[in-house]
Amino acid sequence: MEYQTFLIKYAEIGTKGKNRYVFEDVLCRQIKEHVAELGEFSIRREYGRIFLQAESACDYEDVIAELQKVFGIVGICPIVVEQRMEYEAICEKAIAYMQECYGNRKLTFKVNTRRANKAFPIRSMELNSEIGHALLEACPNLRVDVHDPDVLLQIEVRDQIYLYSATIQGAGGLPVGTNGKALLLLSGGIDSPVAGYMISKRGVELEAVYFHAPPYTSERAKQKVVDLARMVSGYSGAIRLHIVNFTDIQLAIYEKCPHDELTIIMRRYMMKIAENLAKKNNCQALMTGESIGQVASQTMQSLVCTKEVGTLPVILPCIGMDKQEIVDISERIGTYETSIQPYEDCCTIFVAKHPVTKPVPEIIRRSEQNLSEGIDGLMDRALSTVEVIDVAVR
Amino acid sequence: MEVYFDNAATTRILPEVREIMLETMDEEYGNPSSMHQKGVGAERYIRYARDVISRQLKCEPKEICFTSGGTEANNLALIGIALANKRAGNHIITTGIEHASVYNPLLYLQELGFRISFLNVDRGGKVDLEHLRELLCKDTILVSVMAVNNEIGAVEPIEEIAKMVKEYREEILFHVDAVQAFGKQILYPKRIGVDAMSVSGHKLHGPKGSGALFVGSQVKIKPILYGGGQEKGLRSGTENTTAIAGMGKACEILYPHLTENCERMNRVKETLIRGAVQIEGVENHSGEAPHIASLSFRGVRSEVLLHALEERGVYVSAGSACSSNHPAVSGVLKAIGLEADRLESTLRFSFCETNTTEEVEYTVRALEELVPMLRRFTRK
Repeated sequence: MEYQTFLIKYAEIGTKGKNRYVFEDVLCRQIKEHVAELGEFSIRREYGRIFLQAESACDYEDVIAELQKVFGIVGICPIVVEQRMEYEAICEKAIAYMQECYGNRKLTFKVNTRRANKAFPIRSMELNSEIGHALLEACPNLRVDVHDPDVLLQIEVRDQIYLYSATIQGAGGLPVGTNGKALLLLSGGIDSPVAGYMISKRGVELEAVYFHAPPYTSERAKQKVVDLARMVSGYSGAIRLHIVNFTDIQLAIYEKCPHDELTIIMRRYMMKIAENLAKKNNCQALMTGESIGQVASQTMQSLVCTKEVGTLPVILPCIGMDKQEIVDISERIGTYETSIQPYEDCCTIFVAKHPVTKPVPEIIRRSEQNLSEGIDGLMDRALSTVEVIDVAVR
Repeated sequence: MEVYFDNAATTRILPEVREIMLETMDEEYGNPSSMHQKGVGAERYIRYARDVISRQLKCEPKEICFTSGGTEANNLALIGIALANKRAGNHIITTGIEHASVYNPLLYLQELGFRISFLNVDRGGKVDLEHLRELLCKDTILVSVMAVNNEIGAVEPIEEIAKMVKEYREEILFHVDAVQAFGKQILYPKRIGVDAMSVSGHKLHGPKGSGALFVGSQVKIKPILYGGGQEKGLRSGTENTTAIAGMGKACEILYPHLTENCERMNRVKETLIRGAVQIEGVENHSGEAPHIASLSFRGVRSEVLLHALEERGVYVSAGSACSSNHPAVSGVLKAIGLEADRLESTLRFSFCETNTTEEVEYTVRALEELVPMLRRFTRK
């Protein structure tokens, strides 16, 4: 069956009181952007629902796949439309629809009619039983079960007739752009793209920063991060990616600070740079893929020690998740295969065999004093040579 | 300054090669099998390339089978010969330093029930002939040895191996992967007892996707691709006229200058080695091939040095470029017995006839600066 019309259901936005229209506007805009390349579409809002109507030929499976990436949508119903407002026409359409969608599989069904258009002469209860009856006669493979049907055939009587029976699950969440903007520290690993996805799902717009350390990290490692950002942008919309050359800072830390503190000090400087970039680009928070206790730099003590260098809130969406849970999400959103490409990132190149796991901020600050000569210059240079790439799927 | 020292990975296409390739795209774009004029026109390019290559290998034109490159030529030779001769025996001998496109088809044949033996090599990567004598047996049907190793440039004693194999039993077939030797060494397979030999176009300023297998006319071999019966049934599929024409043109231009080109490359290579070994902790593992230098830099990871050189415009590779997607330690370097710290610090510099001694001097200066600097920052 070819579908031209899609009923889009959203849940959470419906509860947002007076802001609801703001959310709906953003959602409609997001939907338009997502399907823009798939054909001509019109969007209609009606009684707390959105109808997406293809105005040109389109591949409806592509449309559904794209709608499943739009945050804020909980369900997508591909619907068939009957323009003749007559009982016989509805019956015919219902029979054709059930036969085409379900063939002659043995199924139980129930008809559920909503008569929004009260000018239509037959009431919904009556329509339910009459159409059910017509279906039973036409399709010997169908039986009625009003309590737990295999197929719930929904019929809506509006200015035309809508029929649908399946709801395809949407991504959920809130439309991107309804909850401010945050800067994601993107490393190239499994966790940070998942973190970006999760927060974007709550309506937050994303920018990202990657710390590049040539010649220790390769051009391919950088390309991998660009690729990951592009994959996340399939959900979040365009991402501005800031690429910071971190080599000199890293080498200064290597030469002047205790080796077992290298990672934690490095991360503190990353946070400082990230905070600076965030503020310059109107991002209200930082975001990382850390999961507590996963590695030495992600113990409670390390997280506290890293956080103290800045003032912006740091959001850690994966913080309570096990590695496997994060992997599951990365597989679902399609970033896993890219994340596991074996290129070194700047966190691993000089990592100590036994890094500190319980850093004490006072001690770390004292170690950092070894850097006092020159570090400001290095920071300024890193910040003034940032490469910016605007990444988008479309 | 841009210095391309990765010519064993691939080379730049010659302008004349590009020209002839464009002709086959713009004008003679017909299917060489078509009966009309357009088909005949395209076929002419293929015949010409076949003639050029067969003259250079001193074989019959009909003994050249065009393929999609060295990998396919190796697959066709090994799988095709093994399957066609399995009634005569099931034993195949190769070396431990072959390219993946020889090694992996042999693993596949092992799954099919063939027995594969691997020849020992010495520290220079040279095949141990005594070991070969021990391994040859009544079941042996095929021996496959590369002419020049792609990672260290070791030159194998192909003639002696052929002699030993054929003396043991005339029917044993001998395949040579000559991808790195083609255009750098004079090899006349029929005169020295080689039954099949793989060559590639893009190591010789020809296009990627071009290659050929020489197969002696008496050799029993089965195709690995079945279809329309092109290339006398040995390699079905519409001929890649563009790639074949390009490869033919590259050979035609370069082969007459083989000796002088090799001398030039060898000078470049020797200058690089002489300069590099002055740096502390640098060791030379290069074989005799004129276009490949293999050097290790103690205490510096090859990947890091590679990218540092890249920042200065010098392009080289770590191990073999074909396997760089899997940054595992090189099997070749292991097989020649390099110590663990050398394995991770070896770079390959590979040349073509247009490389200059100025480029080498520039590279040596870069190495002199980079190696001590990178040594300061290593994983502790």
